[in-house]
Amino acid sequence: MLLTYFAFGILSVIALASGVMVITRRNAVHSVIWLIVALFAVGGVYLLQQAEFLFAVQIILYVGGIMVLFLFVVMLVNIDVALKQAQFSRQWLLGVLTAALLAVLLAYVVYNHGQGLNLPAQPLVSMRQGNTQAIGQALYQNYMLPVEIASLLLLVAMVGAVIMAKRKFE
Amino acid sequence: MIPTDWYIFLGSGLFIIGVVGVLTRRNVLIILMSIELILNAVNINLVALSQHFRAVDGQVFAIFVITDAAAEAAVGLGLIIALFRNKETVNADEIDLLKW
Amino acid sequence: MNMLETATNFLSNHPLTLAVIKILIVFAVLAGIVAYLVYMERKVLAFMQARLGPMRVGPWGLLQPIADGLKLLLKEDIIPAGADKFVFLLAPAISVMAAFTVFAVIPFAGNFYVTDINIGLLFILGVSSLGIYGIILGGWSSNSHYPLLGALRSTAQLVSYEVAAGMALVGVLLISNSLSMVEIVNRQQELGVWNVFLQPVAFVIYVIAAVAETNRNPFDLPEAESELTAGFHTEYSGFRFALYFMAEYTNMVLVSCIAVTLFLGGWLRPFGSLKLMAGGLDLLEFVPVFAFLGAAAFVLWLGLKSLVQLERYFFMALAAAIVFLAALVAVPPVAHALQGIFWFGVKVLAFLYAFIWYRATFPRYRYDQLMNVGWRWMIPLALTNLIVTAVVVWWKGPHLWSLLPAGLAVTGLVGYWLSLRSPATQASHN
Repeated sequence: MLLTYFAFGILSVIALASGVMVITRRNAVHSVIWLIVALFAVGGVYLLQQAEFLFAVQIILYVGGIMVLFLFVVMLVNIDVALKQAQFSRQWLLGVLTAALLAVLLAYVVYNHGQGLNLPAQPLVSMRQGNTQAIGQALYQNYMLPVEIASLLLLVAMVGAVIMAKRKFE
Repeated sequence: MIPTDWYIFLGSGLFIIGVVGVLTRRNVLIILMSIELILNAVNINLVALSQHFRAVDGQVFAIFVITDAAAEAAVGLGLIIALFRNKETVNADEIDLLKW
Repeated sequence: MNMLETATNFLSNHPLTLAVIKILIVFAVLAGIVAYLVYMERKVLAFMQARLGPMRVGPWGLLQPIADGLKLLLKEDIIPAGADKFVFLLAPAISVMAAFTVFAVIPFAGNFYVTDINIGLLFILGVSSLGIYGIILGGWSSNSHYPLLGALRSTAQLVSYEVAAGMALVGVLLISNSLSMVEIVNRQQELGVWNVFLQPVAFVIYVIAAVAETNRNPFDLPEAESELTAGFHTEYSGFRFALYFMAEYTNMVLVSCIAVTLFLGGWLRPFGSLKLMAGGLDLLEFVPVFAFLGAAAFVLWLGLKSLVQLERYFFMALAAAIVFLAALVAVPPVAHALQGIFWFGVKVLAFLYAFIWYRATFPRYRYDQLMNVGWRWMIPLALTNLIVTAVVVWWKGPHLWSLLPAGLAVTGLVGYWLSLRSPATQASHN
């Protein structure tokens, strides 16, 4: 029991701290590395929620795929000139104020006049199947159409990315 | 058992950090990375609520979010490469002409 | 007996201790195996090239890995100017960590594995793909052109063959109905047949993809000596290079262990249901004893061939030690307990020999040929295998054995069609 709280504490501190590091680094490669750390921490949060399939998907897809893509592009466009320019835009104060306003709004909604989230308490029934089986059944029975649409989306994204990055031979 | 509220706070915190990143940074790549942070914050919310209601639909939605993040990252990075080839910069402030 | 009871009581009350002990054993044995794998590779390569290999350090060069390790440890630690120091130090560590962590879910015998999680296969795929970061960060942080190009090439190759390997493994998943590694081997025991006979195409695709994943010949363009200097580890020297080296050989052992567990029945004995009973004992359980005696005879023959008196004594002592071990194993309870790990070891050794054999035999693929094979041949064939397996598993009529001819036939047809469309054939038509 105590281990769960301890794990949650560590994971959330790592996730939030890495998030802050992502948006404040001068070197884009360092930002990518901190984002990888943040994604690991988020995967750990999934594991804490007994969503082990999602943890595996996060590591394989996000950390092992998307971040490698980011790293490739960052290395291709990482010019030294960019490292010496100003990193934050001129209206950074306005951006931070807007985010602070958003934070206040979120806190208000969540606290809800001091009651916290009024989620209906659910019975503590354990999942009868494993997590992977449950997700597999949901994906292929209830959510078959979104799966097909997602595959079409990925096809379009692949074709689009290849066309966008091709050199136009004159 | 960790109260579900705590997970929602974590998700909101990560979301705010991502929003600050998108609004204040100049490097287009870091803006894209902040968007990934936002998507992950949303995923944390989805998984926490899915665990609360003992339904697997939240996790299925999270899988679709990850899939869409992959597609969007691919297309966005392709765009950045094309942009870099033409303008030699990834600074969002310097991409300010509608037609050149 | 009392000590044994207290020990088992302590271990069952503190499950973490047993896990830590297992981790230490696996780590230590693995480090030793990797070190002597380097020696074995040099010796086997030499044997295939009609020469002798390392002979100087110790009898028949047996102490060569120790000498290599000492040399690399004592070399000067060079960090290139302008290199990103933290990332430069981190990159080899990432490679090694990714390679070693996966061994936590590999079952070496029916009762000897560090842990068995119910998403074992996904864990393996995910964590082994983290080794890519070691390569790409190492190449970039060296602040030099050749390592960066080598790293980008190597990463592109790894990512491409990872897709093919993953798809090949899903075929096994369909038959075994579980992602847990122990469950997959148990299923092979239930079915009475190893997965290699049910999924031959997946096996071949996985082995080829595994060779590409570990950057070994014939896919070792990114790090070959005659190509881009030395690829991503050009700027690494001393112990950091040793870490990359160790990571590569650990990856070799890792993919061999995975292929053995998933396709060749893990710790199961070939013809496991066949028993040769004699006086209440299964005689086939004593094959390890005969294997040890054979090894002792070989060592003795090596010793008698040698001309140096000291070497002769060394080899006779070694042969005597092996015979003593064989006598220990001949005790029936010990033989029964060691069955699993003996057969697992034999199969992994066969795979490692095959890896070294490929290195001695095949010429290197050019980079565009490599990517061509990965994307235009392996992935369509893996998808075909997946479709055929899914159809046969769903259509509960035919026995699973029909996967063998069906898989081979359909894949052969698709392969033939692919070969008709390949650029080489079309060029010869024009």
